[in-house]
Amino acid sequence: MNNNFMEVKFKSESVNEGFARVCVAAFCVQLNPTVDELSDIKTAVSEAVTNCVVHAYPKHNGVITLTCEIEHNTVKISVSDEGVGIKDINKAREPFFTTKPGDERSGMGFAVMESFMDKVEVVKNKLKGTTVTLYKQIAGEVEQVVGG
Amino acid sequence: MNIKSKVYNNTLYVLLCGELDEHSATHTKIVLDEAFSGVNFKQIIIDLSELEFMDSTGIGVLIGRYKKMKDKNIPIYICNPSKHAEKIFKMTGLYEIMPKIV
Repeated sequence: MNNNFMEVKFKSESVNEGFARVCVAAFCVQLNPTVDELSDIKTAVSEAVTNCVVHAYPKHNGVITLTCEIEHNTVKISVSDEGVGIKDINKAREPFFTTKPGDERSGMGFAVMESFMDKVEVVKNKLKGTTVTLYKQIAGEVEQVVGG
Repeated sequence: MNIKSKVYNNTLYVLLCGELDEHSATHTKIVLDEAFSGVNFKQIIIDLSELEFMDSTGIGVLIGRYKKMKDKNIPIYICNPSKHAEKIFKMTGLYEIMPKIV
């Protein structure tokens, strides 16, 4: 498989966090990832979608667009919203920073994404909202040569 | 998220079964706070052997419970974390306030 892509849109309900991470994991299976690689991807996707549910649409539900592209052995996942946007992106990416300290939030969402993925981009959308793009190269399972 | 708890030998044992994310966080907080409100234990052990998924929302939930129990001087310990949960605990420094026990 050299390249492939998929896109899904869903409502910013927290119940869809599980759907989003399972959806991406199922798409990435074609790269034959390890269990650890899949866990990393699912966690990073969950963090990005949670940000949309909690921060991008704090009062009313909106649409979250999830796209996933595979090029060779690299997966590129974008999580995009049309919500209120992030006031200071650099500040938001700092570990332990949260705009909702009273809600028992760890402020580690972006730190987890950065730790579990190879690269994380956060950009303000032209019209409204934010797009978080996550990159990870999949080394995958080493195929065992049987017999000889 | 399904949560089971029992008290044995002055210890409250809590078993978290399922996925801990934003969706299950509120329910998890309510159930844990109810279990933690008892008075017949001196320490808490949270067993994660059946926790299938957790993200940083789970860290927020655990830190919140730690703060409440710290006021009562009751320590919380973690046991049986998955490799995945362990990775999050190590990077967020959670083990410094909730040590892992074997």
